[in-house]
Amino acid sequence: MAHSPWRPTAIGTPLEGTLDRHPESQDRHWSLLFLSWLLVTTAAAGSLFFSEVMDLPPCSLCWVQRAFMFPLVIVLFAGLFPFEPKTVRFALPLAGVGWAVATYHVLLTWGVIPESAAPCTEGVSCSEVEWALLGVLSIPVLSWLVFTAVAALLLGLRRRLAG
Amino acid sequence: MKREMLVAGVLATLILLFVLGTVGVKSQRAQEVEVLAQEEATLFERPGAPSFGPEDADVVIVEFFDPACETCAAIYPHVHQLVEAHPERVRLVLRYAPLHHGADVVVRALEASRKQDLFWQALDVLFATQAQWTAHHKVQLDRLPAFLSEAGVDLTQLQQDMHDPAIDAVLKQDHDDRTTLGVRKTPTFFVNGKPLPRFGLDALQQLVQSELEGG
Repeated sequence: MAHSPWRPTAIGTPLEGTLDRHPESQDRHWSLLFLSWLLVTTAAAGSLFFSEVMDLPPCSLCWVQRAFMFPLVIVLFAGLFPFEPKTVRFALPLAGVGWAVATYHVLLTWGVIPESAAPCTEGVSCSEVEWALLGVLSIPVLSWLVFTAVAALLLGLRRRLAG
Repeated sequence: MKREMLVAGVLATLILLFVLGTVGVKSQRAQEVEVLAQEEATLFERPGAPSFGPEDADVVIVEFFDPACETCAAIYPHVHQLVEAHPERVRLVLRYAPLHHGADVVVRALEASRKQDLFWQALDVLFATQAQWTAHHKVQLDRLPAFLSEAGVDLTQLQQDMHDPAIDAVLKQDHDDRTTLGVRKTPTFFVNGKPLPRFGLDALQQLVQSELEGG
């Protein structure tokens, strides 16, 4: 063991050693988490802007996506100061389920999934698009793009942390 | 420190954008309504809509309301007071916005009560007893007749009049005008065609006052 390539860490300070060893990759890890947080926070603010300022009522599928988007804002923020690698474990499932719901919602608005299969019969229709940026970027599409990007960023971060 | 600054900067930027956007959307809406008020005054007041106060009033308050809406019921006595405080100069026009489940039937009952000249009496009683004929934001239709007869309405006659096609036309007209004016919440007020700058009784009182002073 005397010739082990591993530098023995002093008892009681195992974390300090790992934190100081690769400051550059640490920076990159933090940036990935920050970018994820930036995306979900912008999306959450935008979602509130649509419903509260532009008076576009959220349909039930929108609410389900909000239920996964809003906690991401808090969870990712909590992982930023100080940087907490385990955040990925808690954030990735939220992003994954949100992504699945957004995918279903987008397919519904595009008519790929027939309306009869839609769960929303009362209140606001989930399949009708009330607002779209440039004619394509409807709110469900924007939601899908954010969930996709965040899931990709978090998967990338997980791979880097493991490697 | 750099990281903290970055995150704080993002938050500040988002809040700023949100506030600027809100101001932008609101002023754009107000402008659109102002244009509509000039071009098409009848959007606000259709002939035959229930109204209270002098025909030639200087200030006309138009309220889009839902008989089953709690805030409408709570604010109604105050709106009434506001009109009665200036009996020569202020008029109230009511328009329907039955957004709650089953509220369109209540509107039918109100319109039918109107044929018996008991509209305001029926409205007073229904608003005062609202909690007893609604549950979980849904109208309990079976509980309505008792309160209507309390207002003096002849129920047999009401049953006949409720399905008058003229009431369908009123409901459709009010629905179309709500869509044009962007009314999505109840109560929504317009004072001489101007929307409230923010929701609230004091905002309504201020706008009425400034219209009274501005002539």
